[in-house]
Amino acid sequence: MSEAHGGYYVPHGTHWPIVGSIGLTTLLVGLANFLNGSSVGTTMMVVGLGIVFFMMFGWFGQVIRESESGTYNDQVDKSFRWGMGWFIFSEVMFFAAFFGALFYARIFSVPWLGGADVETNELLWNGWEAMWPTNGPGDVGGEFESMAAWGIPAINTLLLLSSGVTVTFAHWALKKNSRGPLVMWLLATVVLGFSFLALQIFEYTHAYHEMNLTLGSGIYGSTFFMLTGFHGFHVTIGAIMLTVIMLRCAKGHFTPDHHFGFEGVAWYWHFVDVVWLGLFIFVYIL
Amino acid sequence: MSTATTHDAHNEEHPSGLMRWVTTTNHKDIGTLYLLFALMMFIVGGAMAMIIRAELFEPGLQFVEPQFFNSMTTMHALVMIFGAVMPAFVGLANWLIPMMIGAPDMALPRMNNWSFWILPFAFAILLSTLFMEGGAPAGGWTMYPPLVLQTGNAFPFLIFSVHLMGISSIMGAINVIVTIVNMRAPGMTMMKMPLFVWTWLITAYLLIATMPVLAGAVTMLLTDRFFDTSFFNAAGGGDPVMFQHIFWFFGHPEVYILILPAFGIVSQIVPTFARKPLFGYSSMVYATASIAFLSFIVWAHHMFTVGMPLTGELFFMYATMLIAVPTGVKVFNWVSTMWRGAMTFETPMLFALGFVVMFTIGGFSGLMLAMAPVDFQYHDTYFVVAHFHYVLVTGAVFAIMGASYYWMPKWTGHMYDERLGKLHFWLSTISVNVLFFPQHFLGLAGMPRRIPDYSVQFAGFNEISSIGGFAFGLTQLLYVYIVFKTIKGGAKATDQVWEGAHGLEWTLPSPPPYHSFSTAPEVK
Ligand code: HEM
Ligand SMILES: [Cu+2]
Repeated sequence: MSEAHGGYYVPHGTHWPIVGSIGLTTLLVGLANFLNGSSVGTTMMVVGLGIVFFMMFGWFGQVIRESESGTYNDQVDKSFRWGMGWFIFSEVMFFAAFFGALFYARIFSVPWLGGADVETNELLWNGWEAMWPTNGPGDVGGEFESMAAWGIPAINTLLLLSSGVTVTFAHWALKKNSRGPLVMWLLATVVLGFSFLALQIFEYTHAYHEMNLTLGSGIYGSTFFMLTGFHGFHVTIGAIMLTVIMLRCAKGHFTPDHHFGFEGVAWYWHFVDVVWLGLFIFVYIL
Repeated sequence: MSTATTHDAHNEEHPSGLMRWVTTTNHKDIGTLYLLFALMMFIVGGAMAMIIRAELFEPGLQFVEPQFFNSMTTMHALVMIFGAVMPAFVGLANWLIPMMIGAPDMALPRMNNWSFWILPFAFAILLSTLFMEGGAPAGGWTMYPPLVLQTGNAFPFLIFSVHLMGISSIMGAINVIVTIVNMRAPGMTMMKMPLFVWTWLITAYLLIATMPVLAGAVTMLLTDRFFDTSFFNAAGGGDPVMFQHIFWFFGHPEVYILILPAFGIVSQIVPTFARKPLFGYSSMVYATASIAFLSFIVWAHHMFTVGMPLTGELFFMYATMLIAVPTGVKVFNWVSTMWRGAMTFETPMLFALGFVVMFTIGGFSGLMLAMAPVDFQYHDTYFVVAHFHYVLVTGAVFAIMGASYYWMPKWTGHMYDERLGKLHFWLSTISVNVLFFPQHFLGLAGMPRRIPDYSVQFAGFNEISSIGGFAFGLTQLLYVYIVFKTIKGGAKATDQVWEGAHGLEWTLPSPPPYHSFSTAPEVK
């Protein structure tokens, strides 16, 4: 692409962002149309998603080529690190909103509906007693069973925690430039990640078909599925990113002291891991 | 600190014409795009405000349907906050931060392009809702459920446009932080940074911390409407008030996002025209940081009347009042900077002075609102409207206009027309006070906000307010004229532009070269 003279790399012009904007807009306008029951929605969504993927291939591909040709000096590397760190912080705050909803429901709204501190309960929901899990005084979504912590979720905790360990082993291997173990440990991480997802899909199917636990099961169902669902979505993205990194490692990308791409994804993976711990404690156990 | 130098990449895209602007990764080009976009949205939002003031000129229903009136108040706020003020600040950040800290460009130039180029799409989506079945969103910019859930076809478009604005803001904010921490010239230590850079650093932090929370809140609205969730539905164990908590956890820091960069601008302008260094530089930095911290623990002052435990009311009341302390520090520092200075009153200084006086009026009405028992009466009246327009129009917007006069000679290489600039300031200042000051009285007398009709007793003040509104609106056409006139030509600006101006940006030629500092300057 372009040669670096040891200076800060300032690219001149890129068309990927506008492609991304068009893709994202097509996708979202499509989704909005779909939600409004319009028939063009689905097609637009597929097209939009296609454009977004095209953009990601193109943009990331360009960055990978530049990185491999040594365009990025240490200062650029540092920019990427800071950028990734703050991006992960923004993700943390996104999850915080949903954790906040969970805590608010459990500490305030459900007890209030059951009559704690306020008397309106006698007029509105007389006789309803606050408890957790609940689908509310209106029994929204009908009777359901809540998800136990010590089955699949506990196994999933083990899977994710060990994947955090394996990705660290992979990092050590990369720093020693032992390529075989590097790819092997990454493969292990990817397998653990996808197994987590497989079990989660199984869990969801079970919930919907046998436990009558759905997104519509009142506040319990809402918080349960939105929290674990967004987390699962992030695991999916993380696992795909890890797969890409694994393939790049197999192709001989990265050096022992220049591998931000690897570390960025590893950070992201640890973030997903930590969020899961929060979920396991607050959604499943407590 | 490592040295930042650029090298020119040869075989890359160099399109011309429109595509140059679409594909640019240059911080000045992107800054210009942001500023022009903001100006456009300022006019669009302003047109909506004119409709509001026309309808409120007299009691009774005159021109528009009540539903459309409510769409106007909702859309006016969304367009002005997310389309005008925030992009204007990001545009200023793009133009100025690299020049002020001695960097070649923003740290992540491609992402910088994307931050901007999401915005036109987000607002195309938002504005398209005006033509949809059921009309544009009309439940208020705060999007409270269950009301907002009754929006027609516009509903998912509203949610997704907010998502897109959020993505844009977060990427912009990440870029600002990374640029400031990683791209400073050798010797430019944190405590030597110009205050505009400091306030933007802290603003960017607020953005990254709160925009995702807004995204979460509107996502819950979306799933409540379309996917059967019960976040804001009491029958399912949720609570509509929960939305307000999540929204204002974003919303209050957001109002500081709208004012901290303005503090920074005023802290640049006042020393230049008082020809004295800023009084209490480090206390300004600490005050900004404390305001940012406090802004996270005062959100429920927007919810005093909604029903909260007494301890909650008290906590949020005292915490809110506490913010007046660092804010006061800032006002005192600006005044002390001027004390015994050799002052001159060019247009930027006029806007900065207008800011100090009128923002303080808004701060005082804020303090009145902060008293929970008093707010029981003022809440959702025109008093609140008067409060936030003093801090936002005579605060944030005046600072942005002052900034544009202050730095336009640097950007374009041309001086603006000083006579017209002063005229613009005085017409704006007089009309804006005619517009908003009577709204205090209306609010105290009990006129509710967001209602197209009102009791005849409010007629007089509303008439005055509307006249002020039309005058203010017309005056801004003068501003647009001045801006384009300056871009096209005018007296040649010197490098330093202002006799009392200090800082790296004034060492560059006017207009500055494409890459601000190809070789990093040494800061002593
Ligand atoms: C001394 C500092 C301030 C204090 C004590 C304060 C206090 C308050 C309070 C208590 C309210 C709620 C009133 C009600 O709804 O009953 C309010 C509303 C508002 N404030 Fe402030 N404020 C301050 C500064 C600011 C600043 C700097 C901005 C923005 C630049 C701002 C923007 C707003 C807005 C937009 C609203 C109305 C939100 C809505 O309901 O639509 N305030 N303020
Ligand atoms: Cu507030």
